[in-house]
Amino acid sequence: MIVLAVDLEKQLGALQLSVRFEAAGGATALFGPSGAGKTSVVNMIAGLLAPDRGSIALDDAVLFDSAAGIDVPPHRRRIGYVFQEGRLFPHLSVRQNLDYGRRMSGRPREAKDFDRIAALLDIGHLLDRRPRMLSGGERQRVAVGRALLTRPRLLLLDEPLASLDTGHKREILPYLVRLRDDAGIPIVYVSHMRAEVRRIATTVVRLDAGRVVATGGLELLKETDADALE
Amino acid sequence: MLDLSPAEWTAVELSLRIAIVATACALPFGIAIGWLLARKKFWGKTVLDGLVHLPLVLPPVVTGYLLLISFGRRGPIGAFLYDHFGIVFSFRWTGAALACGVMGFPLMIRPIRLALETIDRRLEDAAATLGANDLLVFFTVTLPLALPGVIAGVMLCFARALGEFGATITFVSNIPGETQTISAAIYTFTQVPGGDAAAGRLVLIAIVLSFTALIASEWLARRAAIRFHGE
Repeated sequence: MIVLAVDLEKQLGALQLSVRFEAAGGATALFGPSGAGKTSVVNMIAGLLAPDRGSIALDDAVLFDSAAGIDVPPHRRRIGYVFQEGRLFPHLSVRQNLDYGRRMSGRPREAKDFDRIAALLDIGHLLDRRPRMLSGGERQRVAVGRALLTRPRLLLLDEPLASLDTGHKREILPYLVRLRDDAGIPIVYVSHMRAEVRRIATTVVRLDAGRVVATGGLELLKETDADALE
Repeated sequence: MLDLSPAEWTAVELSLRIAIVATACALPFGIAIGWLLARKKFWGKTVLDGLVHLPLVLPPVVTGYLLLISFGRRGPIGAFLYDHFGIVFSFRWTGAALACGVMGFPLMIRPIRLALETIDRRLEDAAATLGANDLLVFFTVTLPLALPGVIAGVMLCFARALGEFGATITFVSNIPGETQTISAAIYTFTQVPGGDAAAGRLVLIAIVLSFTALIASEWLARRAAIRFHGE
């Protein structure tokens, strides 16, 4: 079943971005070299960057349609976004960071939800710390938890391991795999690293110079692709 | 030593009231205009920027006179406010607060604007993806992160308001019990024979108040910075 349907055009300096793909459940990797336009694509899906033309549909909702004049603002798209640098709020504790989405939507506090995700990501012992007291790996796990607790319909992960050293990458990958299998939320995973994509993705969308060059399974990964983990 | 006469106490109390009211009333405008200048591009931005900073470069007497002809009972704004809301500024302590607020405004705007300009905008994007609308983003992310700048702006405006003289005396005169602040009282005492002791006491109080405000702002700003960004 198709969950996400994307058809976008955007002029970014010299790069003419023209991307079209569909994603089902599981984890779809947006895979390609740096500068291929991967981050711009997820920013447009999240509503943080305005496309020039095109459409975005998630489940049965149209989030963006330039022809119909539809553009749902980011805070109403219900898309979780884990940024490359985490972007935890420095003035809030880990607990307040995790709780932020619930507070903004005015939902009542649900300990079960909170505890389940804290356990899934193993961050229960960090709750009273400030983001600056966390290691890179811990920070990214909190960022994933914070996005999950908004009960998103889709989770965007933009190179979530890029700012981590190899040891921390190995530490966080199992959590992401567990997330894919247990949380039941479709994932779009941006990466330029073959090893990461092989561990996490169920579908691969290959991007190069602003265009989709191939869509398929893990067989699209080539020996010549950048590879950091192994 | 600090055996103040009732008239001197009145001047101290009046000064504090005027400075606090002036700063509190200026703050929402300071944050709003600071945000406009830091974040928005619009026609007339340079003019607004210049207008806000004008009290810093104009002789205070000129600012006071401009307030008098616009906010006085027969001035266009003053007459409107009196006819519709019954608000009077001329020769009242509220007028002194207005003059002090206007004089302190450029000092308040600067650090607020600077703080808003240096905030990591990507945190605001993150807040939006977590379901916060623009207003919530502003109050839960932007403003808390700009707090050290807001504190600095408040303290600078307060100190300026506490010491304001030229614009206040031009606009609302020097009426004991109504518009006679510490500065105006000191000036009055130095103009009469035998007023030196009273002037001296008020000078001492002015020094203590200003120094306390300075220390308090340093302490608050450091506390906020530690809370948000570490040592």
